[in-house]
Order: sequence, then C-alpha cells, then structure tokens
Amino acid sequence: MKAALKLFRVSLPASWLAPRTALPVAVLIILGLVPIYTAVTGDAFMLTLFGRIVILSIAALSLNLIMGYGGMASFGHAAYLGIGGYAVGILWKEGIASGFVQWPVAIAVSALFALAVGALSLRTRGVYFIMITLAFAQMVYYVAQGLDRYGGDDGLTIGSRSRFAGIVDIGNATQLYYFCFALLLASLFLISRLVNSRFGLVIQGTRSNERRMRAIGFSTFRYKLVCFVIAGALCGLSGALLANHTNFISPSMMFWTRSGDLMVMVILGGLGTLFGPVLGAVTYLLLEEALSRVTEYPGLFLGPTLLLVAIFLHGGIQSLFGAPRRD
Amino acid sequence: MLYFIEQCLNGVQLGMLLFLLAAGLTLIFGIMDLVNLAHGSLYMLGAYFAATFAAATDSFVLGALLALAATAVCGMVLEVIAIRPLYRRSHLDHVLGTFGLLLFFNELVRLIWGPAGMTLSLPSAMLSAVQIIPGVYYPLYRLVIILVALAVAALLYLLVMRTRLGMLIRAGASNREMVGALGVNIKLLYTLVFGLGATLAGFAGLMQAPILTVQIGMGENILILAFVVIIIGGIGSIRGAFVAAIVVGLIDTLGRAFLPDVLRSMLSTNAALTLAPAISSMSIYMLMAAVLVFRPEGLFPAASR
Amino acid sequence: MTEPLLQVAGLSKRFGGVVAADAIALDIPAGECHAIIGPNGAGKTTLIGLLAGEPAPERGSIRFDGRDITALPVHSRSQLGLARSFQITSLFTDFTALDNVALAVQAHAGHSFRFWRDARGEAALRLPAREALDRVGLAARADTRVDRLSHGEQRQLEIAMALATQPRLLLLDEPMAGLGSDESARIVAMLRQLKGSLTMVLVEHDMETVFALADRITVLVYGRVIASGEPAAVRADAAVREAYLGEQDARQDLHHG
Repeated sequence: MKAALKLFRVSLPASWLAPRTALPVAVLIILGLVPIYTAVTGDAFMLTLFGRIVILSIAALSLNLIMGYGGMASFGHAAYLGIGGYAVGILWKEGIASGFVQWPVAIAVSALFALAVGALSLRTRGVYFIMITLAFAQMVYYVAQGLDRYGGDDGLTIGSRSRFAGIVDIGNATQLYYFCFALLLASLFLISRLVNSRFGLVIQGTRSNERRMRAIGFSTFRYKLVCFVIAGALCGLSGALLANHTNFISPSMMFWTRSGDLMVMVILGGLGTLFGPVLGAVTYLLLEEALSRVTEYPGLFLGPTLLLVAIFLHGGIQSLFGAPRRD
Repeated sequence: MLYFIEQCLNGVQLGMLLFLLAAGLTLIFGIMDLVNLAHGSLYMLGAYFAATFAAATDSFVLGALLALAATAVCGMVLEVIAIRPLYRRSHLDHVLGTFGLLLFFNELVRLIWGPAGMTLSLPSAMLSAVQIIPGVYYPLYRLVIILVALAVAALLYLLVMRTRLGMLIRAGASNREMVGALGVNIKLLYTLVFGLGATLAGFAGLMQAPILTVQIGMGENILILAFVVIIIGGIGSIRGAFVAAIVVGLIDTLGRAFLPDVLRSMLSTNAALTLAPAISSMSIYMLMAAVLVFRPEGLFPAASR
Repeated sequence: MTEPLLQVAGLSKRFGGVVAADAIALDIPAGECHAIIGPNGAGKTTLIGLLAGEPAPERGSIRFDGRDITALPVHSRSQLGLARSFQITSLFTDFTALDNVALAVQAHAGHSFRFWRDARGEAALRLPAREALDRVGLAARADTRVDRLSHGEQRQLEIAMALATQPRLLLLDEPMAGLGSDESARIVAMLRQLKGSLTMVLVEHDMETVFALADRITVLVYGRVIASGEPAAVRADAAVREAYLGEQDARQDLHHG
C-alpha cells in the first residue's frame, strides 16, 4: 500500500496508515458492495437508502471543509443542495436534459451564490455568522416556494435523469450509485490534497488563530471566501446528484432544518477529520432509518441522542473509536 | 390607502409577535451565551397548551393564562435538565443539542396531540372589527395583540431597568464571572431568564394561534424571522429587538402586499408573475444584508461581550 | 540624512474614557533598537498594536519607509516588512512549532492559492522555518505540538515567527515575559546579534535588558511620552525617575532581595 502510494507521489499524513483507518476503509468497502447486495437479494430499497447516504456524504464533506477545517460554521449549507437540484430540475423542465449542461450550471450557480453570501457574511463571526448564513439559505427557500412554474411549494417531479450522451446511463440505478460513489471517493481524495496544500494550511491556520494569521501577513478574508465558494460548489454538485436520485426537487430540500441535518452529520462524525463527515452521514441516516422502523416516533430518541452527543462527546463519534481529539 | 393602513397595522402586529419571540432569544443569548434552536418549540407549546386548556375550561383567557404558566414551567424544567449541561460547550454544540431538542419536541407534540394540529377559537367578543379612524375597520383581536404585546414590552423594560432581577440580567450580560463572584446564584438566574424567554415565546405562540396556526413545526418558520430580527437589532439588545421587529414586520407585510403589484407595473407580466412573490419574500433578507454591510454588529449592539 | 524608517506623529487612541495613547510622536531610524518603557497601564501594548495595525488610531499618522501606513490593515503592514510578537502568546496551538513558523514563512513566499501540493513537503518553506527555530533555540522541539511546549518555549516561538517573516521592523511586546534567566539571556544575545540589520521597537520591563539593548528609550506614562532619548539621558531625567524608575528600583529590590 505504501509502495503504491509512493508510486503515485502521493504523500499522506502518517496518521493515514494507522490502525484507526480500518474503520473508514471498512465503511467504504461496505458502501461499495451495496449494489451487489441489492443484485443478489433484490432489495432495491437498500440501494436507494445508501445512494442517499453517499450523496449526502459528499454534501457533509463540503460542509466539513468550511466548518471543520475552516472554522466557519455555516447553517445555510442546504441552500446549495437546493440550488444544485433546482438547476437540474429547471433545465430539464426547459428542455435541457444533458448532464453536461445541467451539472456545470448547478456547480456554477452554487459557486456564485456562495460568493455573494460569503462576501456579505464572512465579515461576521461566531453566532452572527451562523444566523446570517441560516437566513440567506432560508431566503433561497422562499424564492423556490415562489417559483410556481417549477412546482412552488409542491415541488417538481423530474421526468428523466441527466443524460451523458451514452457515456454512463444514470437512469440505471446501479450505474447512478457507482457514479455517486466514484464522486465520493474523488471528493475524499481531492479534499485530502486540499487541506494539506498551502491553501489548506491557511484555512486551518485561520480557524486556529485568525488574528495571528493576519499578523504574519495573510489576507484571511480572501482565503475564507475562496474556501466558502469551493464548499458551495461541491455541495451544489451533491444537490444535482440528489435531484437525479429522487427524480424530484422541492423547496424542502433547503429548509433550514436540512442544514441542521448536515451540521449534525459533520459534528457527529468528528469536525475537521477527513473521513468524519462520511461516518457522520452514515450514522445519522442509518440511525434515522432504524429508528423509524422500530418506532412511530423516531424523533423522541434521535433528538435526545443528539443532545447527549453535544453534551458528552467532544469529537464526535470518532472519539468513541479512539481517534485523537482535534481540540 | 385604507388597504395600506390595514397592512401597516398587520405589519406592526407581526412585528409585535416577532418581538416577543426575539426578546426571549436575545436575552438567552445575551446572558447565557446560548444559541437556542428549540425556542420555536416553546412557541409551539404555548399554542398547543392554549388550545388544550381553552377547550378544557371553555374560556380563552383562562386557557391562555394556564398555557403561560405551563410553558414557563416547561421552559424552566428544560433549562435544568437539558440546557444547563450545554453552557460550557461550544456554540456548535449548542446548535447540535438544541436541534435535537427541536426534533424531540416536534415528535412529542405529535405523540400527545396527534399530527393534525389544533384550532383555538376566539371568544365571540373578540370577533368584531373596530373603527380606528373613520372608514378604516381593523379586527379587534389583532389590535389586542398589538396592545398586549406593547404592554409586555413595557413590562419587560421595567423589569430590566428597574428591578433587582433586571439589574442582575444587565450585569450578567456584560460580565458573567463578576456576577457569579458577587455571590449571586447564577444557576437560578439562568433558570429564571430561560423561563422568562420561554414564557415570552409561549405567549407569542398562543396569541397568534387564533389567527394563524397551531401545528407541528410551526416554530421553525417564525424562528428564522426572529433570528433576522436579532441580527438586525443586535444580539443581546432588547431595544434593538423591538425596533428591528417592527421594521421587519412592516417590511415583510408591506412587501408581500405591495411589491408584486409594483413589480408587475415595472416588468413584463410573465417575469413579474414568476418573480414577484419570490422577491417580496426576499425583502427582509435584503434589509439584513444591507445592515450587515454598514453595521455588522446590528443597529443597537449590546455593550461589551 | 535619510528619513527615519518609522515616523509616528500625533498618534492618539482612547477606549471609552481611558486615554491609551495621547499624541505620541516617535522617529526611529533604520537599524535602531528602540525601547518603550513605562509603568503598567501606560499604553505600551496599545502603541505596539497601533503600529501593527489593530486597533486603528483616532488621530495621528504612521509612516513606514516613507510611506503613510496609517490606514493599512494588519496583513498589509506585515507584507511591507513589519512584524510583531504578542505580549500574550498567540500561536496556532494545534499545530507543531515547525508548522507555526512555516506558516509565517509561507505568508511571505508568494500567494497561497495552491491547492494540490503538500505544503509540509515544500523545502522552500520548511528550511527557513527550521533555521528560524534554530536561531531561537527551539530546533529540538520542531515537531512538538504547541500546546505541549512549555511557556518559555512558546515565548521563543513567538519571536521565531516574527523573525520568519523577514521583517525590516520588529515590534516586540515583552518578548521575555515568563522566561527563565537562561532563556532570557539567549534571547537577549540573539536580539543583540540582530541589532543593526533589523530595526526593533521593544517593550520591556526588565531595565537591565533595556539598557543592554536599547540605542534609545521612550518613556510612556498614561499614554503620553514623557521622555525620549539616549539611555543615559533618560536615566537621569527627573520626571522619569519620579514616574517610573523609582517604582522600578523598588521592584528590582524585591526581585533581588
């Protein structure tokens, strides 16, 4: 493994090769095997459930980039899920079904929105920042509600998934799943490069001590803004995937409680760790699913669980597995 | 013109409700440094309690009073059991924990009262309209909301400025450790402040119940507006919350009422029809953005912190 | 006669009712080591802050290398060659000492919009960082996390970081605070070596250090300059003796007694 990595001149932090990486690797293997399980047992529901988990993992990864590594706690991240999804839905409705147009638009519009929101919000900090990002995302929610042509509050069913000129047919459930899974792996890889690059160190340094960063000569606002845009763009991609996955878009994709779900996944998995968001997404969504099978009132148990995690676990669930606490 | 006056009053009325909600939120943040996403749940409980007690006692007023008491108790119990352990954690943990409480309460309400929601009817005395200026009639109950909320605002002012508790609140807002060092029972103070915030939220919930809604998740929509109010007004400032609430209430109501027509007259009908409702609902966020550019700490930022 | 590297005129700042800086004027030529002394609360740290860029002054001007920097933000001043060390240690606590200094190097090694290459593998960043650590005596602790360093080592790191930005003017706010006598001596020796090649503004309480290092001294009391000049002259100044050195002697008696 080490030799293979050296071959590709990939330098990973030494911690990657510790026993602690067994958990992420195991999770990835399980995620990779889901379509095979479905093919064997005929249980299509698992494919749908885990597809959603994979897609939201990408969204959680993007949020962790700004929240965990960058210290910018955005409560409006679901807005990008919505923007990405609506880009796909609106373009489809207007007759453009090609993924080669839809997805870049989804990413670009998300990036632009992140640029605007970031430019206004990143001058604030702490709780102000949390609430401001929350409010801007809710604004997008209301805009979507007002778009009668695209379903308004009821949402819009998307007749066909994004077309990729025959290169891959994501109309096929298994192909869509592996496509999303591949994007998840790619995101993990790219983020691992990003956080250890010069840019990544600036972002982390800014989280650690912004005053010092400015004192040594960094214009921190610029870097935070770029990070914010990257995260928004990646989440927009996740939104495009989600729209394809469910064949449906609605304003509820970006209601602020959805942003809360994303935050929970990131915090649960362990802020500022590479694989944490995936673990968090898997845990949260499976827990939600399991509870709704066991009881008619899953929130009665999920809610207090989150409260207990907030009170006692300082490092998300990874700290249960012995990962070092970041702070 | 008459329509305009009516909408202005509606805006003030919405502003008053927002003030009640925002005042509690900003107090809790200002003094305990706690982000409370479950504030909307207390608003919801106030409405549900009022509907239940009013039906049981066959009296709106009695139902309202019992609901206030019940919400206050719930708030204080919640503070002791679930909120206290959160104080020493980070803001993100507050978000996580109170978000969990929000999910919990939505489910609890569904368990106890069912998914369908409830209604709270007004006593017949309140159903009339009042002529406030010649030719302009306004629903009596909405007027009552405005007046009662103003009274509460005045009481709150007296409480914060003139009583010992209020002094402790103001002192606690600017220097928590000092107040503790002076021998004041900080724990009790926090519980009381949280209870006060909960009561205000519950009060807002029950007041709007007859004209708006009593349903699961009702707190989530208005909580967002309350956040916008305290951002614009300045976190920790009740005065700021008052001014900002009225402004937000007015802009939101007037925007929804008049912007679509204004836009339609300015743009082509197709574009206007699609965009108008969207843009008018954006208006308060535009205001918030503007405030952020010129005064990021809000209009009346509370001292120090 | 060349212009002084740092020219401060009429610099004023008040916080609420407290006047922290009252029409301060300073002229510091290149290569000078200029000490700022004064009793507690005299506004020494505020002055360092004003020079570094936070807070912004209410009145007055600061010229650096002939250029008016009064309105420049902190990071721009750093890019011009002003470096600052903090009185209360302000480091990146969850990073190693080497990471800390390397970040300081990175800030002045081109832009950081590089998203791919591992920055910890960049020799152009790591080598100067190791050198800076070596100069303050922390070479052995390069790979230790800051929150595991002793207080004294953290103070040394503070200085290493300021030096790593290759400054022309170094603002040192009580660099030896909390250091033992060995560590202090080492830092003093290092600063003495830097004299001449670097301009320094040094806030310091220990009078021995001040008189050993400073070319000129400015005395601040309640935000005002009450004396400024060569060490011997300042020492002999009556106003200074009364306001400050008297108090200082008493403290030193306690210290040595």
